[in-house]
Amino acid sequence: MLKHLFSNQLQLGLAQAAAAALLACIVILIARRRQIHLESETVIALVRGLVQIMAVGSILVVLLRGPRWTGGLLLLAMIIAAGATSAKRARGIPGSFKVSTYSIACGAGTVIAVMTWLGVIDTPITALIPVGSMLIANAMNTNGLALNRFRSDVLAHRGEIETALALGADPRQSVYPYAQSSFEASLIPAIDSLRSLGIVWIPGLMAGMLLSGARPVYAAIYQFVVLAMIFAASGLTSLVSTLLIRTHAFTPAEQLALRPGIQK
Amino acid sequence: MSPASKPGAANTILSTDHLSREVDSRAIIHEITVEVRRGEVLAVVGPSGSGKSSFLRLLNRLDEPTSGTVFLEGTDYRQIVPRELRRRVGMVMQRPFLFPGTAVDNLRYGPCQRGQTLSDADAEALLTRVGLTGYGSRDVTNLSGGEAQRISLARSLANSPQVLLMDEPTSALDESSKLGVESLILEVIGNSKLTCVIVTHDTAQAARLADRAMILDSGRLVRLGSVNEILHA
Repeated sequence: MLKHLFSNQLQLGLAQAAAAALLACIVILIARRRQIHLESETVIALVRGLVQIMAVGSILVVLLRGPRWTGGLLLLAMIIAAGATSAKRARGIPGSFKVSTYSIACGAGTVIAVMTWLGVIDTPITALIPVGSMLIANAMNTNGLALNRFRSDVLAHRGEIETALALGADPRQSVYPYAQSSFEASLIPAIDSLRSLGIVWIPGLMAGMLLSGARPVYAAIYQFVVLAMIFAASGLTSLVSTLLIRTHAFTPAEQLALRPGIQK
Repeated sequence: MSPASKPGAANTILSTDHLSREVDSRAIIHEITVEVRRGEVLAVVGPSGSGKSSFLRLLNRLDEPTSGTVFLEGTDYRQIVPRELRRRVGMVMQRPFLFPGTAVDNLRYGPCQRGQTLSDADAEALLTRVGLTGYGSRDVTNLSGGEAQRISLARSLANSPQVLLMDEPTSALDESSKLGVESLILEVIGNSKLTCVIVTHDTAQAARLADRAMILDSGRLVRLGSVNEILHA
């Protein structure tokens, strides 16, 4: 219907964005009726997301024509931004930005480096940035899930943790079960994506490759490769972040730093 | 006198020196100076919100004092590694918070943190001491509230603490369990001459268990003396 109303591509794009955002807002209104208040967070995220992707899209057009080293800089900037975004899921835990950035750099960075070295990811910026950003974005989501789950579990089991501390336990040992469950929970989306690949969803990358003339079998295999890389990057990120956050949840005097009063 | 040590009386095992804690610029504990004598039971009493539990949590450094400090056997506790401090100053919480597994798994938790293994015989002796002979292999999920609190007490004793802190150990129990745990505490402390600081809102319980009592109000030490002087005044 929108295609009949707008002949200009930019106007059509904005109308499509408005329609998608409207649906998101309806969901938020329904949630509000159930006393779940996500209004401001969602509206800000929607507007921010649109502005960011338009700005980055414009910059990318220029950068994609630039020298190869700019690709590395772009990925580094993405990792830092991803660290800052997912650190918000661990509010109240000191050093969560450092933990997030370091974990995403370890997880996504290692996979990007190894796979580029192996030739799985092509070095031209036009290939490196889209695949790299997919890995970083998924590592960010996994890291956010892991930290959020860890934070909730620690707050819910403060009594057990402080009992362990009062018995002379190593602080890292006292939160070990919660770090484990956070790691497991954070990987559920990545595992489900792999499980349902080709059955529940056919990702955009494969569709794009098919449209640009790639052989269907190769497009399908490469899509699997991307999802396997996402799983590896996410898993490594979550592994590092749940390992590091165990220490950051405590003060130097081995007291639990996280307090129930500090809200998300 | 070195800043890290305080001579104090020879029979003083634990002392606080102008101990204070503020949260969000509000004084929860204000300048409390008190000495706990070796082998005595000191009750901390006061109305709800007076800072009793907050005071107790400062004694084993589960919370950090804003100012002042605590001396354990004359040594400033900031000079003691927290894990070692907490082994020496044990704590029984209001709720038992048992770890998944058997009763013996729980008793072994503390010694295991130091790389030690509590022998079967020692574990059974501890269980007998808290009136739960033969409970070693029981899954803790099948224990009653009173039994769980007894295991919690035995678990703290397994660390051979010099001082035992108890935060309202009977408040989450029904009346019959409460009396059972209370008489057990009396027996265990009496037999081992263990120094104990017990928080309770129940002045009658404080009178039954303690030698001395301190009354807190709004985080301040209001009175300190023998149980007879303080609670029967």
